[in-house]
Amino acid sequence: MSSNLGSMPLRYRVTIDRERCMECERCIENCSYGVFWKDGNRIMINSRKCTACHRCLAYCPRDAISIEEHPCDYRSHPVWTRQIREAIYNQARTGKIILAAMGSVADLPVIFDHLMLDASQVTTPPTDPLREPVELRTYLGKKPSKLDIRKNSRGDIELATDLAPNLMLETPIMLGHMSYGAISLNAQISMARAAKEMGTYMGTGEGGLHAGLYPYQDRMIVQVASGRFGVNIDYLERGAAIEIKLGQGAKPGIGGHLTGEKVSKDVSRTRMIPEGSDAISPAPHHDIYGIEDLSQLVRAIKEATEWKKPVFVKIAAVNNTAENVAAVARSSADAIVIDGFRGGTGAAPRVFRDHVGIPIEVAIASADRELCNQGLRNEVSLIACGSIRESADAIKAIALGADAVYIGTAALAAMGCRVCGNCYQGLCPWGIATQRQDLVQRLDPDVASKQVANLIHAWTMEITELMGAAGINSIESLRGNRERLRGYMLDENLLNVLDVKPIGA
Amino acid sequence: MRQLVTIDAKGMHYTPLNREIRKAVEDGAQEVVVKNVLGQRFIGDGLRGNATIHIYGVPGGDLAMFMSGPTIIVHGNADHAPGNTMDAGKVVIHGSAGDAVAHSMRGGKVFVRGDIGYRGGIHMKQYETQRPVLVVGGAARTFLGEYMAGGLLIVLDLNGTMKAREIGSGIHGGEIIIRGDVDDACLAAGAKTVPLTDEDRERIVPVIREFSGDFGLDPEPLINADYTRIVPASARPFAGKYTWE
Repeated sequence: MSSNLGSMPLRYRVTIDRERCMECERCIENCSYGVFWKDGNRIMINSRKCTACHRCLAYCPRDAISIEEHPCDYRSHPVWTRQIREAIYNQARTGKIILAAMGSVADLPVIFDHLMLDASQVTTPPTDPLREPVELRTYLGKKPSKLDIRKNSRGDIELATDLAPNLMLETPIMLGHMSYGAISLNAQISMARAAKEMGTYMGTGEGGLHAGLYPYQDRMIVQVASGRFGVNIDYLERGAAIEIKLGQGAKPGIGGHLTGEKVSKDVSRTRMIPEGSDAISPAPHHDIYGIEDLSQLVRAIKEATEWKKPVFVKIAAVNNTAENVAAVARSSADAIVIDGFRGGTGAAPRVFRDHVGIPIEVAIASADRELCNQGLRNEVSLIACGSIRESADAIKAIALGADAVYIGTAALAAMGCRVCGNCYQGLCPWGIATQRQDLVQRLDPDVASKQVANLIHAWTMEITELMGAAGINSIESLRGNRERLRGYMLDENLLNVLDVKPIGA
Repeated sequence: MRQLVTIDAKGMHYTPLNREIRKAVEDGAQEVVVKNVLGQRFIGDGLRGNATIHIYGVPGGDLAMFMSGPTIIVHGNADHAPGNTMDAGKVVIHGSAGDAVAHSMRGGKVFVRGDIGYRGGIHMKQYETQRPVLVVGGAARTFLGEYMAGGLLIVLDLNGTMKAREIGSGIHGGEIIIRGDVDDACLAAGAKTVPLTDEDRERIVPVIREFSGDFGLDPEPLINADYTRIVPASARPFAGKYTWE
């Protein structure tokens, strides 16, 4: 389509320090976007194709490559920012909805960064995790409101209450749902191995379960989304738990759409749809048009799997999260996943990604409080996700009321992702968000799984240390323990919503 | 091993009822007769095997959900979403059924002698040899075949009461074949009518014969009737909607 707008100013400028360069051509081999090529003896550069994925830079043996963001300025303006202007140019040219990948880029304060953790000093001493156990083992699922016991014929006491199935996690950090199709099989296998090694779980996303993941199926949480891709009784039975996806933090209220280009032969087999066809997930589940229907779907899944597996329900964090959560808690679900507005995605309309939803910190705190007030907290576990960036975020989410967290982008970063946000191009040079075999093979599950396991291990140790410092020796004592948080530079209304005191109080 | 097992569902909750049906099938029963069914949901949910289950009474919602193999014959009406996300097997309903019949069904057959409610065949999909079939003897309501991604949906409209609008809203695969004429005004954006070719007719004849056989109908007038075939206007209904950042 023609326009009078010309080309946009360069997003990145790539330069090669010719004195350092030894012309090994690794940059040419590594860049899947086609930035580099050879003309005679000279390596040429087309900066316009660069995504700042850093693959060339990471594999240049001489540190000869530099990437500069926004080498050409617009007139600076606090209202008409570069992003705003470029979105207008894009839409003036195309007349379409702008899609974007990965989480929100809206420059809004991160509440986690304004919550400070507590530590013990004189009145209560800290716990030394080297000397005393600090227990992170977490059970997800329904807990009985009371226990009945009986005496058996030998006079021994035994439990008379039927316990609902729970998932046992050795650490409250799980790997979130990223589907096969959105990411590569090697990326999924790497995370599945890490989940198994660390005694935690991983989500399949809504793309079905590839046969390559069957060896790890007892560590997989299989997802049922509105498109029902890859969902049959075998799939439900393979999973350790089943998650019904109602919403996603990056795009609350709308469905998903894997374009036909990404539905390769293998993706088509796993999703059980024809090769090259669009995989459309409608906004609602078409058998859920109200809260009674959610209960019906939860129970349908439980009935199909003979009530042996926990069923999770995932919702996006929006205005009435507390009410939504209270409703889900009455649906027979075993756990509720809340995805905050900074949650990642393979593709979401930019206007949704940056403008719809609320932060996970607020959503989890209000959900936990509402469930406690309604006497429903034992009926469901709460899982927080949507930009859990580091161990501090995880521990703060738990102190605000979560039982566990899912990580997504952080796990991708552990495998090499530089958060360049070009997942939609399907050319990920790190072998993560791509289905191109030569690129997928760059990601070695033996190596990448270790990196993901290392990240979880490191965070787990940090959480243990932080808990010990606060004199807390079990995760149950931390959960919803807002007394161990203080708000720094948060306004009174927000502190009330979080139920957290200000610093100094 | 008993070939025929009879279960009285009177006053029974669906979980123990399903447990009994499952056990009967696992023990090798070829036929299971379930009497006095009154609104129990999820009958045959996730059930495997090749047994035939006769249901007397009115089963509740999500009959045969995730089912993979058996045949369920309902001697009465059914509630909403029979055949929901069903994989293989067959559901024969001698009465009418509610909304979202065959929702997300990916294989097997659902035959309804009477009418169905709104959103029949919604998001049915197909893959390789898995091709679901929904046949309705009576009329279907609005949003028939919404989001349809594959499979075959036939409405015979035997009583001439079909008034569905917004047919095939968001359809991007599969086909909807309706006996008689369908006004273009009743189609949703994304759906279009095409003539039923001789090859198409040849394809649906075995399905019509099977349906007629199940309900004791004379297939010949149905085989020779005029049909309207509705297919996606595009396999990529949303392709023109988005641009990248």
